[in-house]
Order: sequence, then C-alpha cells, then structure tokens
Amino acid sequence: MGCTADGIADALRAAAETVAEHRAELIELDRAIGDGDHGENMNRGFAAIVSALDSGVPEGPGAVLKLAATTLISKVGGAAGPLFGTAFLRAATVVGAASEMDTQAVVAALRAALEGVQARGKAVEGDKTMVDALLPAVAAGEAAAGLPGADVAAVLAAAADAAAKGAEATVDLVARKGRASYLGERSAGHTDPGARSTALLLGSFATLAAR
Amino acid sequence: MSVGLVLVSHSAKLAEGLAEVAAQMAPDVTVIPVGGVPGGGIGTDYDGVVEALRRANSGDGVVVLYDLGSAQMTAELAVESMGEPGAAVLADSPFVEGTVAAAVAAQGGADQAAVRQAAAAAGAPGQEAPSATGAVDVESVELELSNEVGLHARPAALLARSLARIEADVSVRLGEQEADAHSVLALMSLGARKGDRIEIRARGAQAEQALRTVTELVEGHFGEADGTH
Repeated sequence: MGCTADGIADALRAAAETVAEHRAELIELDRAIGDGDHGENMNRGFAAIVSALDSGVPEGPGAVLKLAATTLISKVGGAAGPLFGTAFLRAATVVGAASEMDTQAVVAALRAALEGVQARGKAVEGDKTMVDALLPAVAAGEAAAGLPGADVAAVLAAAADAAAKGAEATVDLVARKGRASYLGERSAGHTDPGARSTALLLGSFATLAAR
Repeated sequence: MSVGLVLVSHSAKLAEGLAEVAAQMAPDVTVIPVGGVPGGGIGTDYDGVVEALRRANSGDGVVVLYDLGSAQMTAELAVESMGEPGAAVLADSPFVEGTVAAAVAAQGGADQAAVRQAAAAAGAPGQEAPSATGAVDVESVELELSNEVGLHARPAALLARSLARIEADVSVRLGEQEADAHSVLALMSLGARKGDRIEIRARGAQAEQALRTVTELVEGHFGEADGTH
C-alpha cells in the first residue's frame, strides 16, 4: 500500500502529537547544549502544520509535504525550521505531482530529505547533528527496500530504528556544528536534540505505517 | 540609489542596534533589521526576511548579513525564494564588523559584489593596507588631529567615504602602524586620538586631490562643532 495525501497528512498529525508529548524532553536536551528552544520551536511548527491541514489537505502527497515544509520554514524560528523545512521541501520535489508514494518513492524522499539537510546545514556524519540520525535512517530504509516483500511500513520501521540508534550514539560525540559546537568538549555526554527529534518524527511515521 | 542591507539576527534588539550603528556611518543606505520572531521571542523570522529583502532592493541589489547558524539558513532560504536570482546575496562575515564595512561601502556607491566583498574582508585580523611606502610617485602630508574624538567611528567613516570617488590609493600612518584609508575598520583600529600626528600617503591619478580632501577634513575637525573644547 502506498501513501496518499491523506496518509501523509495523518503521518504529520501523528508527528505533531509525538512532538507535543516530547516537547519538555527536547527543551531539556537543548538546554543542556544549545539555546533551549528546540522543543518549543518544533511544537509550534508542527502545531501550525496541523492547523494548516485542518483548513484543507492539499491534493497529492507532494503538495502536503510542501505545505509542511513552508509552514516549518515560516513558523519554527530556530535552526529546525530551515533544516526540517528543506528536508520536507526536497522530499516534496521528489514526489512531484504523483498521487501516491510507493515504497521506492518513500526511500527516494528520505534520501532527498537527507541531501537537503546536508546542503542546508553543511553538517557531515559525526558532527553531532540531525544528520547522525537521518543518515543511518536513510541507509537502513534503502537496505530494507531491497528485501523481498518490502513495503512502506518495513522501510519506515528500519529507518526509525536506525535513527533512534543514531540519535543515542550522538551522546558521545563532540558537536562541530550548531549552537552546541560553541561548548566544544563539554557538548559530549548529551544527546543531540535535533537527532532526537529526527528519530521521534521517523518513529511516529513508522508507528502509523505499521497500523 | 545604493545597495541595500538586510540584517538577520536572533534578536530584535541586536539587529536594530546594529542598524543604528550602520546608519550613523551610512546615512543614505537602506539598512533593514530583522531580528527575533513575531511576538518578540529569540529566533529568526523567515517571512520577515523575505519582506525585508523586497523592501531593501531599490534596483541595485541587496546584501544580507546574519549573526548565527539558523539566521544564515533562514536568510539562504529567503534569498532562494526571490524571483530574481542574484538580487540578494549573503555576505559571510562577522555580523558587526561586516555590516559596518558593507554599509560604508554601499554609502560610497560600491556595487553589490563590492559591498559583499567589503563585508567579507572586514574583521579579518591584520588586513593589508595597500601600502604606498616605497613607491616613487607617493604624495604625503603630515597632519595633527585636532578634533575631539580622533579617528573614531564617525570621522573614520567620513574620511573613507570622502575618498570613495577619488582615484587614489590612500593610507594613514600613525607611528609604525599603517591603515588603508578606504577601510573604516582599519582606520579605527589605528586608535589615533586628538593631538596625534598622522601621515597621509596617496598614490594614483588623483593623489593630490585625495590629500587635499583629507587635509580639509582634518583641519575642519571632521565637522565637529569645535575641535578645541
């Protein structure tokens, strides 16, 4: 089964719920090594996506992803705005005007999202950023898509699992990008908030797809 | 008209304060501060930047300066959203120094590329003054600073600006230090005070005119009400 516009809209609503539930946790993580606004910013951005969807779901999954992108870019206010915004925008571009996203389209969208984040933020693996969650997630999703009988749920499950592990592994890293990089060695010992929220988003998409 | 500047900051106060400093040195340049998020919090405002880019562009283009990480990314996205490619460009520079240098360059009539270059070159320590030393056709004059504040921000800006349209390489020496007279920041970093003797060296087609211009400025106390009190 592929993802329709309504399917993507449901995934974004699920993500908004997850972000709201983890708002305090993200604030705590960001307070430790950043400026403390990540939870608030993500919550504001995803709440704005939900209100935009409430006033009408655009036609086609690409258009829904684009709506998410422009809303995040306008409403988040922190680095997560342009980064997740660019991720969704690149994903939307890959989907184009297709009415449904099949397994390959989901994998391609994930890959495009990663490339967008890297182009925008200039971070590489190991910099203690969302790339450390997204990069293994895309690799795992692509690997899962190559297995017999792979579907969207299997791809997202693999991606979410890898993202969660990637986010956990940022604990030991010293930040080389973003606000945490100003802390140098002192940034080690904390999970990167952006990697954590990336894992949360993919986790909510996977949970929804598995239903 | 001149190149417009947009200052993207996490803080409204920071952006507005910097715009004030820039306006003091470049009164005719459009400098639009965009700081904080709507409602007053700390953060960057994409829609605000898009709107500012539109307002700052009088046809000569816009140079965008930013403070930290997400301000850069937000500014990049806003620049990419503009219909006209190249209408706005980002300057990779220290926020304060870059803005001041860009504003002064824009005030002097520099084009978009030159304004961006002025910003990028600002704040790089030990920036080279195009030294006039050793050249055969160097004109020079020694002057005593008699204005109250010396070569401080406003006089330095005035000096650099007054030379913008004169075809000459001009430098200012104070003791062993030499500064490019076209660079406000270099002039300021000389730390020349009231009573200091500075040497002006000029080379080029309009070297004499350059020296006359500087002499008039110094002797006229840079327009300060009275250099003696």
